[in-house]
Amino acid sequence: MSDSTLTAGSRVFDVDAIRADFPILKRKVNGQDLVYLDNAASSQKPSQVIKSLVDYYEQTNSNVHRGVHTLSIEATDAYELARTKVAKFVNAPRSEEVIWTRNTSESLNLVAATWAEANVGEGDNIVITAMEHHSNIVPWQQLAFKKGAELRYLAHNDDGVIDLDGAASVIDSRTKLVSATHMSNVLGTINPIAELAARTHEVGAVILVDAAQSVPHMPVDVQALDADFLCFSGHKMLAPTGIGVLWGKYELLDEMPPYMFGGDMILEVTYEDANWNDLPYKFEAGTPNIADAIATGAAVDYLTELGMDNVWNHEQELTAYAMEQVLSLDNVKVLGPQDPALRGGVISFIHETIHPHDLGTALDQQGIAIRTGHHCAMPLVRSFDVVAAARASFYIYNTKSEVDALVNGISETEGYFSR
Amino acid sequence: MTGGTGALEDMNELYEAIILDHYRSPRNTATVEEPDIDFEVNNPFCGDEFHIQLKVENDAVSQVGITGRGCAISQASASLLAELVKGKSASEVESAVSAVRRLLKGEEITDAEAGILGDIEALGGVRKFPVRIKCALLSWVGLGDALRDHVVK
Ligand SMILES: Cc1ncc(COP(=O)(O)O)c(C=O)c1O
Repeated sequence: MSDSTLTAGSRVFDVDAIRADFPILKRKVNGQDLVYLDNAASSQKPSQVIKSLVDYYEQTNSNVHRGVHTLSIEATDAYELARTKVAKFVNAPRSEEVIWTRNTSESLNLVAATWAEANVGEGDNIVITAMEHHSNIVPWQQLAFKKGAELRYLAHNDDGVIDLDGAASVIDSRTKLVSATHMSNVLGTINPIAELAARTHEVGAVILVDAAQSVPHMPVDVQALDADFLCFSGHKMLAPTGIGVLWGKYELLDEMPPYMFGGDMILEVTYEDANWNDLPYKFEAGTPNIADAIATGAAVDYLTELGMDNVWNHEQELTAYAMEQVLSLDNVKVLGPQDPALRGGVISFIHETIHPHDLGTALDQQGIAIRTGHHCAMPLVRSFDVVAAARASFYIYNTKSEVDALVNGISETEGYFSR
Repeated sequence: MTGGTGALEDMNELYEAIILDHYRSPRNTATVEEPDIDFEVNNPFCGDEFHIQLKVENDAVSQVGITGRGCAISQASASLLAELVKGKSASEVESAVSAVRRLLKGEEITDAEAGILGDIEALGGVRKFPVRIKCALLSWVGLGDALRDHVVK
């Protein structure tokens, strides 16, 4: 099978059939059909993924990398196979470059505590965008305080599009690391990672990509992006909570000091000293999250069968439709790129008269789940002179009629509050 | 009551008429000159923030000013707070804060307290919407803390 047929998928992209795979979509919320539009926070799970967890615990459960008995061998094989699937999913050259973590936040902290700890010094700078999730701000702030380094921000325009010309001067000879979100969880903006990577490498720095919002929704190729590190969370891409990924270039990972110490990450321990295991185990101290890693493999299989091109096209179509419908409401303003082609399936909006929190409660009464608040991006949300926004975000199982339900739900809420 | 779909009617206890009235026309929104008590409260999680100022003369609150923004519940709650504290002594305000806290947690309040709270009892509707209790409590908790600091000074 060639790569293009892989991203095109082996299963027909049929939303009704997809919906049938997600048991939770059958439930009612406040007596109404559930309309789940909080996918940027966490996705739902198909029965294939749930079954993989049950199968693991019923058939294979054991510890990995340490036994000669059948169950341990099977568990190890399944755990490592999932790693291989993830590697292939993002086109990583080697599966040893895929490190299991708990989530994107842990992946980012891992790089901050190891690579950046060893490579960022006084007077150096770290560059991030002004639209990062707190998880991709705070570790760098802390590191910068500690090292006497500078934290710089790449600006964006009113439409939430990064100023690449400006980036050329922000990223300079003292830049050690550029860490940027591939897709904003608030604005939906898709950032020009390949261009940022080119500029980053020109100055000899390293680029980390927060792909928490991109890997679940679009084809992502770490080599095409020329990323050095890239991280994402299982729970946003059909997999369970508690499992995430850090991918890094082999040479970088190989040189990095360990993150945590303990079992599995060592090669040899004496009473006096220890030396470190090979990649990826050097970064996986202790018994890992075996079941959820295996289930992440099942999630990757599910997405691969659908084809990430199809996933992306579905969400693009839905986003374009939703932008049009939401913007047809008089009192609603959408944050981020107004051109649907520049964004993913995340639509944050402000209602002129209804506070997001009231809207969230009213939509919940109608069975519609959206996110309200600062979306873990307080500086960004505040930069639009608001303290909170409402956000609808889509995934493979969402439909145009659910977008209609959202728009109708907002209208009903307007009616309710003007009674 | 008119309007609202069936699903939204279930929110009527949360958004009682008196709450919506205070939300739409909050009372005491002018800033206070040379306030004796001046504090900000915010709940970044939901996006509520208020600046609350009180002037105390002859051991009673003579002026109160509340500015800021927030959801209907937090705004109405702050506005109701402003109405209540006017003319009250510090200890009366403290008792009211304590009664509101108990009301919102679903604990007992005495008939006398209910009498003092008046319209504020409408806030009790949040009990059915536990995630919104914080919204209703925000300004009251802030006031309680500020009073404690004020007394210590
Ligand atoms: C862009 C982005 N980065 C990082 C994160 C953090 O992910 P997690 O909470 O899984 O660590 C999120 C999730 O909300 C996100 O949207």
